[in-house]
Amino acid sequence: MATETLIWLLPLPPLLAFFLIVLFTNRNKALSHWIGVGAAALSWLGSMIVFVRALGVEHLGEHPFASAINWLPLGDTWLKIGVRIDPLSAVVLFFVGWTVFMIFLYSVGYHNYGQPEGDHDRPGLPPHGATATDEHGHEHAVPSVEPMYSRFFAFIGLFAFGMYTLVVSDNLLTLFVGWEIMGLCSYLLIGFWYGKKSARDAAIKAFMTTRIGDVFMLLGIAFLYTATGSLSYDVVFSERVLHALATTPAFFGLTAAGMIGLLLFIGAVGKSAQWPLHVWLPDAMEGPTPVSAMIHAATMVSAGVYMTIRIFPLFSAGWDGHGLTATMSIIAFIGAFTALFAATIAVAQNDIKRVLAYSTISQLGYMIAAIGIGAYVAAAFHLVTHAFFKALLFLGSGSVIHGMEHGVLHTGDHDVDPQDMFNMGGLYKKMPVTFWTFLIGGFALSGFPLVTAGFWSKDEIFADAFGHGHMAVFITLALAAFLTAFYTMRQITLSFLGKPRTGVAEHAQETPWTMTVPLMVLAIFAVTFGWVGIPEHFPGLGGLLPNWFHEFVGGTLAVRPEAVAFSMAPLLTSLGVALGGLFFGWLVYRKVQAGAVDPLKKVLGPVHTLLENKYYFDEAYDFLFVKPAYWLAETFTYKWIDRGLIDNILHSFGRAATWLGSALRNYFDLPFINRFVGDGSAAVVRKAGSELRYVETGRIQQYMIAAMSTLIVVGALLYYFFLA
Amino acid sequence: MEFITSHLLTSILFFPALAALVILFLPKDEVKLIRWAALIASLVPFGLTVLLWTNFNSGAAGFQFQEQYPWYEAINATFHVGVDGLSLTMVLLTTLLTPLAILASFSITDRVKAYMMLFLFLETGMLGVFLALDLLIFFVFWEIGLVPMYFLINQWGGANRNYASLKFMIYTMAGSLGLLLSIQMLGVLFQTYDLPTLYQQWTSIKGTVMGLPVDTVKTVAFWSFTVAFAIKVPIWPFHTWLPDAHTEAPTAGSMLLAGVLLKLGAYGFLRLVIPLYPVESARFAGVLAFLAVMSIIFGAFGAYGQDDFKRLVAYSSINHMGFVVLGIAAAAKAAGTLDAHIALDGAVLQMFNHGISAAGMFFLVGVIYERTHTRNLNDFGGLFSLVPVYGGILIFTSMASLGLPALNGFVSEFLVVRGSWPIFTVYTAAGMLGLLFTGAYILKGIKKLLHGPLNEKWVGHLTEINTREIIVMAPLMALFLVLGIWPAWLLDVINKAVTMLF
Repeated sequence: MATETLIWLLPLPPLLAFFLIVLFTNRNKALSHWIGVGAAALSWLGSMIVFVRALGVEHLGEHPFASAINWLPLGDTWLKIGVRIDPLSAVVLFFVGWTVFMIFLYSVGYHNYGQPEGDHDRPGLPPHGATATDEHGHEHAVPSVEPMYSRFFAFIGLFAFGMYTLVVSDNLLTLFVGWEIMGLCSYLLIGFWYGKKSARDAAIKAFMTTRIGDVFMLLGIAFLYTATGSLSYDVVFSERVLHALATTPAFFGLTAAGMIGLLLFIGAVGKSAQWPLHVWLPDAMEGPTPVSAMIHAATMVSAGVYMTIRIFPLFSAGWDGHGLTATMSIIAFIGAFTALFAATIAVAQNDIKRVLAYSTISQLGYMIAAIGIGAYVAAAFHLVTHAFFKALLFLGSGSVIHGMEHGVLHTGDHDVDPQDMFNMGGLYKKMPVTFWTFLIGGFALSGFPLVTAGFWSKDEIFADAFGHGHMAVFITLALAAFLTAFYTMRQITLSFLGKPRTGVAEHAQETPWTMTVPLMVLAIFAVTFGWVGIPEHFPGLGGLLPNWFHEFVGGTLAVRPEAVAFSMAPLLTSLGVALGGLFFGWLVYRKVQAGAVDPLKKVLGPVHTLLENKYYFDEAYDFLFVKPAYWLAETFTYKWIDRGLIDNILHSFGRAATWLGSALRNYFDLPFINRFVGDGSAAVVRKAGSELRYVETGRIQQYMIAAMSTLIVVGALLYYFFLA
Repeated sequence: MEFITSHLLTSILFFPALAALVILFLPKDEVKLIRWAALIASLVPFGLTVLLWTNFNSGAAGFQFQEQYPWYEAINATFHVGVDGLSLTMVLLTTLLTPLAILASFSITDRVKAYMMLFLFLETGMLGVFLALDLLIFFVFWEIGLVPMYFLINQWGGANRNYASLKFMIYTMAGSLGLLLSIQMLGVLFQTYDLPTLYQQWTSIKGTVMGLPVDTVKTVAFWSFTVAFAIKVPIWPFHTWLPDAHTEAPTAGSMLLAGVLLKLGAYGFLRLVIPLYPVESARFAGVLAFLAVMSIIFGAFGAYGQDDFKRLVAYSSINHMGFVVLGIAAAAKAAGTLDAHIALDGAVLQMFNHGISAAGMFFLVGVIYERTHTRNLNDFGGLFSLVPVYGGILIFTSMASLGLPALNGFVSEFLVVRGSWPIFTVYTAAGMLGLLFTGAYILKGIKKLLHGPLNEKWVGHLTEINTREIIVMAPLMALFLVLGIWPAWLLDVINKAVTMLF
């Protein structure tokens, strides 16, 4: 099959799976998951074929796989849409294919396929467990299968469709289509257990917060389309167009290129949960864990970073390689700030998934900061490695929770929160596969030197920030990296090391193969994927393997970015913060007893409370935006303007007419007409009136005739009036 | 058959009215017969419209399938009908939605005969406006359409139906007074009401008219046209009749009210205001754009502030029609440019898209109301687990209404935003606030109805959406998807028509 045809087909299997499951197989769990996983496997296979073929093309950046069709006729022109695989989308396609497939597979086990139906389960709530009787006649509490099992696979199928569409798009419009479809799926899946109030509210929060970014992005797209007459990458990122955009002034002192870049970037701020639109992502952990892994760690939130890398030529147009353009400074600031800001919050969270959520925000901040300082290849590298190790960590945490839930069912102690790390401890013995893979993921996240992928990608960002003299960014990111290593080790120590702190943790159990196999596969990538991007001049290792990633992805744009000269300072910093953070994390938390407070709380005091409450952003936004919006809608718009002002004006017309009518009757008709004309005519009128009422039974023809004759009479009168 | 093909437009136009007359003679207790007769009768114009669509040459200039008969010779009014791409699109919308509305009305048991007849008369009234190429005919149908809708609300409506129907009727009639006067003035001036002739003569007139400078007269006439159509669309602040009328109207009445009747106003702008008053339209486009943005924003806020589901959907119409008006205003301002062209393409497509999605939304509100007899969102909660199919359909339709990409509403809203961005940059940007709150109110509806803890009151009482109701929704849902993924088949016709309009 021609590669272009194959690329067109990539997003289709999951979409087809969505429709098949929704329309036909939703009552059959096995069939539904076969269709879902099968579709993911097909798309994975296609992605790998495309990826391998892309590797075989020399100068793929200049000769990407591309194909486009006419979509919308507008005036004499067409708006074209199409597909395109260049180096950047090829590597994204690679990790999307793998993570999506693994997460589909994992979902089978996560939703307890093969277990009995729950005793009291109902759609919209998480399964509560079932009672099973073994061969000796003993009753056991066992996990029960998800009541909306099929629906889950339909939704993640639609999600996968959105992600593939986004990646293969050759233009910003279909990218936006995929972007929004994922937004919808994110909403549907965060609110998957819609019967829970918290899940429902989190879903709405996610949709609305990202939509703030989206409307700006839509404006950016409209602006770009207006300015260039196209939305295809090869047109809008061509040198001629970029030059024109970079020299056109727009608003607020920005060039058109900078302004469009900024508007589009705000979309990414929402989607990739950057400050100040970060608030939705931690709440999104209300969804089932595979969703957190896929949507809120590996793929969807990466979409914002991917798009920002895509539009890099726009906001860097006119950039000379030194200093930063206005838009780049904004992007670098937001990214670096978010990286540190989210890391501080993560330190004080106790929910195993929330820690990961904040770490995701923080890591996305790294990538955004890297793009902001022009190191887009490093950002892309971190994007890929992060997708692998963060998907791994999320799936690992899901496995932990799953194991803990098993303990809850076993002990019957439903008051123990299976997601609170202070209720865990000692899980390394109970769940060895989960432990080792989680350890790998955690070390990758911390940037544990040499063996993990996270080290190499993070190191490249450090090197770039240092090498180009962006010291503020460098220091901020280094601080954040220290905190990252610290909270990661805190998480690992609290969950897996030491002794079990609750009976639930004592009875935790390893999860089935459908869950552990994806963990192992992702763990392999979390280690090996770093090796494709080892800098050439790295002491000892450099040059053993070619720095393939930089070569390959660096060829996406017309101007190939130079690799930064090697320097020891960032490397030592990177080593120091990673190992230091890991060490302190272990030191502080290794001896936490059951029921003990967080040792950090004693040290930090009120600061810790501030961090625990996420700097009170939710409360502040509620006060500043959500409550006023309600008031503006319910009270101002509806009660005051519509009901009060406008309708009262209308009613006053009505009252005036009634008053005029009764005045005419009382002061003209009664004294004047009645006296001279007599009461007879009134009776006639009344009779006529009551006769006319019968018309309302439905003899509309009469009304039509009446309306028409009135018209004709009025028309005739006017005619003669004007003629005279 | 040959008569029909040679008189295609009049056949489409008058078939429903004739069928209504036939139904008049059916025994009134044969409810089933009457329902099916009405449904089949309304399918005939749809079939003929499909025939019209296939025979229509979208590349040809001017009006096609024209028919002209002497009508009121003393004042040179002729019965002149014809279609171009714009009216064809609207005719398709009308003939598509009417059968669905009638099918949706099969649950009506009260005075079925009168009800069905009114619907068929209503269809003729609406089609007449879209087909008319004579100002007087246009006005006649414009007013005729009001009457059946008045009775539908007044006789089959909810608790506050008298107030709502009166407000609807009086408001629209009051708005059309100026329109009528201006039409008469044109007729007196040129001794004809024929639109294609007036397009030529009225725009090229110079000097004084009736002793006044022609600019003054045109400005006054422009505003009297504009107000009439603004009330009908409705544009903020003339919109308050709409939530009342919608809330009280029977389900199928709301479907057609939102689906087609609101489009009459927008169509009036396209067919009469812009071609007859190009200069004035450009001059006052800023005002229109401002009001359009107010509609978008306050329509969305108004919807968000509701606890009555139907009123929420009603306000959403104000929000969505705001985009139509914004596109029209942009096109009027910068006529002849590509931006204007795109804005107008978007506006017309948005008319069609809103027609189908609003009809779907109102129908779904009706489905739940029929079962629960409440529209108060606070009375529901967590119903998704009781009615999963209904829930799925509602979410799908809501997303179409929200303008989710890959569904119909997105394409048209995007085109309007794209087209009006360079022309009214600030207004377009301000409109984004409305677009944001479109999401808010749609999700509010879903949240309170389907999601959240289950309201146990409905367990065992709420039945799933039935087959007939699914059949009503199926064509609409198919169209949401088709128009979202491949809008070119419709947009091409619109695009060519817009090319000729300028």
